[in-house]
Amino acid sequence: MHNSNLKEDIIRISGVNPKKCMRCGKCSASCPAYDEMEYHPHQFVAMIENGDIEPLLNSKSLYKCLSCFACIERCPRSVEPAKLVEAVRLAAVRKQGANHMTANDVPALLDAELPQQAIVSAFRKYSK
Amino acid sequence: MKVSYFPGCTLKTKAKDLDEYARRSCEALGITLEEIEDWQCCGGVFTTARDEVATKLSSVRALKEAAAKDQPLVTVCSACHNVIKQTNHAMQTDAEFAAKVNNYMADGAYNGEAQVYHYLELLRDVVGFDTLKEKVVNALKGKKIAAYYGCLLLRPSGVMRMDDPENPTIMEDFIRAIGAEPVVYAMRNECCGGYIAMESPALAKKNSNAVVENAKAQGAEMIITACPLCRYNLIKNGADIPVVYFTELLAEALGVKEGENA
Repeated sequence: MHNSNLKEDIIRISGVNPKKCMRCGKCSASCPAYDEMEYHPHQFVAMIENGDIEPLLNSKSLYKCLSCFACIERCPRSVEPAKLVEAVRLAAVRKQGANHMTANDVPALLDAELPQQAIVSAFRKYSK
Repeated sequence: MKVSYFPGCTLKTKAKDLDEYARRSCEALGITLEEIEDWQCCGGVFTTARDEVATKLSSVRALKEAAAKDQPLVTVCSACHNVIKQTNHAMQTDAEFAAKVNNYMADGAYNGEAQVYHYLELLRDVVGFDTLKEKVVNALKGKKIAAYYGCLLLRPSGVMRMDDPENPTIMEDFIRAIGAEPVVYAMRNECCGGYIAMESPALAKKNSNAVVENAKAQGAEMIITACPLCRYNLIKNGADIPVVYFTELLAEALGVKEGENA
């Protein structure tokens, strides 16, 4: 098993125990961003349990989670996969220069009606 | 009765209607919304990581001010409500996190003492839907209205404790109280796409269209929401029935919508 320190960090800051997962796949079945993800919620759980975290750190899947809490709500074992996705995303964006979105990117993504809520939410998820 | 009020960034800008109708309706119901002084943006989404402290300080400061006045803290925006309620829950249940947060609090510790209400909860649990019904002067008779809950009002239900997360009734009961007919449909608690509208508009479009099509298939003539971003996504992606804030209908029913009967 590699990356054991990172695995422990992710388990600690997420508060999730991936060993509780029984592989039912309900998290991925509920996920409204499933089609856009390279790694799906159930794969995050299994890969983190196995210490196979590097592919997740480098995947755009980190930025597809909508924070809708559906997988957290519907997991029959209370594993709460979105908390693991969030912990890996933070491990990625907290590194210097690794913000997924910067203020310079925003003007090109705006339209006149877009609520401020969208911008602040994106920043919270995509940058530190 | 006076309650503390956290309007949030969007209610001061793109969603002024949501705010204005909320204030006027509350006055008509005998409740004054006292805006928290110098509130700061909640950040839009709750960061679930336990070691994330700075992003939650603005919520704690608002909660602390409400607690100091011995008032509940009321929000209207679904996102503000979700962030503030989840932060309050973390302050109540995670002592290590609360201790770190309290290092940044100037005058005394806060440990989750404030009560947090969404405006809909204020209507249901403080005013009461039966009382609301009696105060309606302009019942919206015959209107078939679909409630769009989205994600943030209901989940995670163990923390939000607003309603059954898969079979909620609070917005349908609200619709009945103002004299209209609720339309129940499967997609009412599924995600519109939220902030992904910026990076992957196609995903927001797919999700939003599924919500609107499902509501229309069940006979909806109008959709109501508490969330500015849900409203944006539904309208932006081509909703061909009106998508309005629930507070606008409330103000209309209570006869306090500007220009009404003018």
